[in-house]
Amino acid sequence: MKANRFWSWAFLILGIAYFVLPLLGTVEFSLKMRRGEYSLDAYWAVLADPRFQATFGYSVMMAVATIIAGVVLIVPTAYWIRLKLPHWRPFIEFVTLLPLVIPPIVIVFGYIRLYNTSSWLPLTGTAAGTNLLLMFGYMTLSLPYMYRAVDTGLRAIDVATLTEAAESLGAGWLTIMWRVILPNVLVAVLSGAFLTFAIVIGEFVLAALLNRPAFGPYLQLIGANRAYEPAALAVIAFAITWACMGLIQLVTRFQKHTMARR
Amino acid sequence: MTDPSALASPAPPRRSLSFAWLGVVPFLAFALLFLILPTLQIITGAFRNPAGEFTLENIANLFQPSIMSAYWISIRISFASAFLGCLIGFLMAVAITIGGLPVWLRSPLLTFSGVASNFAGVPLAFAFLATFGRLGLVTLILRDWFGINIYGMGFNILSFSGLTLTYLFFQIPLMILIVTPALDGLKREWGEAAAILGASRFQYWRMVALPILWPTLLGTFALLFANAFGAVATAYALTGSSLSIVPILLFAQIRGDVLQDPHLGYALAFGMIVITGIANFVYIWLRGRAERWIK
Repeated sequence: MKANRFWSWAFLILGIAYFVLPLLGTVEFSLKMRRGEYSLDAYWAVLADPRFQATFGYSVMMAVATIIAGVVLIVPTAYWIRLKLPHWRPFIEFVTLLPLVIPPIVIVFGYIRLYNTSSWLPLTGTAAGTNLLLMFGYMTLSLPYMYRAVDTGLRAIDVATLTEAAESLGAGWLTIMWRVILPNVLVAVLSGAFLTFAIVIGEFVLAALLNRPAFGPYLQLIGANRAYEPAALAVIAFAITWACMGLIQLVTRFQKHTMARR
Repeated sequence: MTDPSALASPAPPRRSLSFAWLGVVPFLAFALLFLILPTLQIITGAFRNPAGEFTLENIANLFQPSIMSAYWISIRISFASAFLGCLIGFLMAVAITIGGLPVWLRSPLLTFSGVASNFAGVPLAFAFLATFGRLGLVTLILRDWFGINIYGMGFNILSFSGLTLTYLFFQIPLMILIVTPALDGLKREWGEAAAILGASRFQYWRMVALPILWPTLLGTFALLFANAFGAVATAYALTGSSLSIVPILLFAQIRGDVLQDPHLGYALAFGMIVITGIANFVYIWLRGRAERWIK
């Protein structure tokens, strides 16, 4: 058993070193902008860049729009499948897993061909249309995670009883969704939302190929032209991902506590 | 919630038919418009010439040396990063589950895996450039403290080995996340039963644990392979277009930089769908088999 534990520590430490070194390297590199001493210059340079503010703001807006549209589409669908069409579940689940099978670059290639200016639905013709197309693209990318999160949330509650109870009190569909189902799966929705946020905020391929001024293409542009700013941006991006995952942990833990009290 | 516009459609002939399916119409419309039709467009495009007639010429055109070599290097990078990701991820997962390490290590490592498996794309490329690039932290430490010049030894972050090393940053955590529950499913009794029958540690692993874990391991390997094969952003930010792997070739083609023939682009994309499709179906199929034992 002694030798066993030795190897466990050895593998774990080697693995952790692999993960920690790039993070340390990035932080260290991002502080080296001023010659001979560590400084936060690279961060100030990044934060003061108007393009950073514009593209970051754009991506945050896109993420929020994606999350709202995703919730509006997925929560009722997952609810309906559980309540009325349980035999459809394998099929719907299969569809929600497709974005993991088809590479995003192929999906966006299809968008460009299907919705170009000479097509039946010329979404790429206008900026607003392209934004809409990008939002639907992000919804597609986050579909596997969002659907699974919501579906897991619905599994924990008794959908049929809640619906009957609400109906017998005279609630309409909208009221049932908004005041009964959504509050009950809020934690699941939130964890799906944070994951979606983490995916959308740094996404590159869709935004670059649809030619939208998002954060991902900006990162790539800075990476190709600057030395120290990319490292600072990588640290910021990692912090955002970390914050999103941390929030998921936090809300799930919160749910466990409320469940235990019942 | 039913879609109001869907309700306005003409009534079916038999009144006894259920209208329940109307509730999923919005979802199906979304999936059709933004997932299925775009993909079908690519697949059918791969088998059509510019005049719209059926042809196998686009597929045949894939078999030219520059495109074949792009596929080959993509497959090699995906294979290497999936294999190493599986191996290292498995060893780390074993260490935190049944390796006798303190229990408190487990939760932070799993949380970190969740973060790192989502930390892909452009920022990941920056992180590795800042660490293993020509002036990166590790490169400089190895050169100044140990006298090892990794660039003199043929390493380059903008190459096969560099890209594989970078991809491992999201491959290993994904493996840890998937294989940890499987390792938890190994029942203590099986180890004890094997020990009572006189099996050594090695025999237990070879004849009990690994055969049970095998579908999980192989399935996850397929998933990691597809994961690496479809990745564009990291490679593009790391190498620009200097390393010709399939996703980068397709990216450049869509941007209109290379390849005059747009239908060759369809064929390239079709090839990607075939490869990631096969890998994913292997994963789904093997996951079904794995669930028989691991409950």
